Amino acid sequence: MTYRNIICDVVPFTAHNGEMGEAYYARPAGPGPFPCVVLIHHIPGWNEFCIEAARKLAHHGFATICNNLYFRMGDGDPDDIGARARADGGVSDEQMLGDVAGAIAFLRAQSNSNGKVGVIGFCSGGRQTYLSACRLPNVNAAVDCWGGRVMADPAALNAKQPVAPIDYSKDLNCPMLGLFGNDDKEPSPEQVNKTEAILKDLGKTYEFHRYDGAGHAFFDWSRPSYRPEQAVDGWKKVIEFFNKNLA
Amino acid sequence: MCSYITEKAPIFGSAKGRSGWMRVDTAVVYYDHPVHVPLDHALNIDFVDSRSKERVAVELSAASARELVRRIQAALDSGEAIHLGSGEEDPLHLMRAM
Repeated sequence: MTYRNIICDVVPFTAHNGEMGEAYYARPAGPGPFPCVVLIHHIPGWNEFCIEAARKLAHHGFATICNNLYFRMGDGDPDDIGARARADGGVSDEQMLGDVAGAIAFLRAQSNSNGKVGVIGFCSGGRQTYLSACRLPNVNAAVDCWGGRVMADPAALNAKQPVAPIDYSKDLNCPMLGLFGNDDKEPSPEQVNKTEAILKDLGKTYEFHRYDGAGHAFFDWSRPSYRPEQAVDGWKKVIEFFNKNLA
Repeated sequence: MCSYITEKAPIFGSAKGRSGWMRVDTAVVYYDHPVHVPLDHALNIDFVDSRSKERVAVELSAASARELVRRIQAALDSGEAIHLGSGEEDPLHLMRAM
């Protein structure tokens, strides 16, 4: 079911450590109850691609919040703030998890919520989705879109990202959908295979889909990596997965 | 891929940004997704004024960046051959010595 009427605005929410964060909140008009989604933006920031993806999910009936992980870094164009965040080594996993937990609580507290919340992220947001699905107790479904560094070289770990998400796999407590391009290098097809083998061994519920002719970020219409055919199919799988697990 | 891998260099210089000329003290260099240039990955350089947080950003293809490195080196070599000995001390050296 799709909704022609959606409502979008920027809302305050209680983020990590009780700080007041900001988030883009797109939801179908009407009383609901609607399933809910937290969309974790990628490293480049709280930018048009992620905001547009939130509206797309709202169009398909999901009350969707895309919280600004970089709200502590001041105002400005998303690309400038993203550059600032990158130069600072990004946000810590603990802070990100606190912010996502706050976004989940915001969604559940709304009168239009059906009480179920999924998480989706692209690229670095895919990695953060994997972490959220393992470390937050109340995620009902997770979609990892080509999350890089789920399997991380120990040399790539640091104080802000101290543990590779794959090491938390035993704690995954919701169904997971993974979408990947076979031409991607991060995650490579080998890394995707290893991740799948681990989830299978642990008896987790997951669906992984791999696309030929696609690499990284094949949903992103603003990049040469955009692959319309694969993106259309991928979005279809995302909507079906959330409908199945968040109804 | 999206990564936080960056190279940072202290610099002494100026750059012209949105609000005119400004002093810049840090160059942040990374090879990852650009914002504007139509490439999946680019060599990106931010010349940053750490006080105002303002930046001047450049996004280059890998080959362009390597060509630029060569040209910067060539310009330094020829320029310093002419001007070295003029007595001008590089402020970055002085800052490092402090």
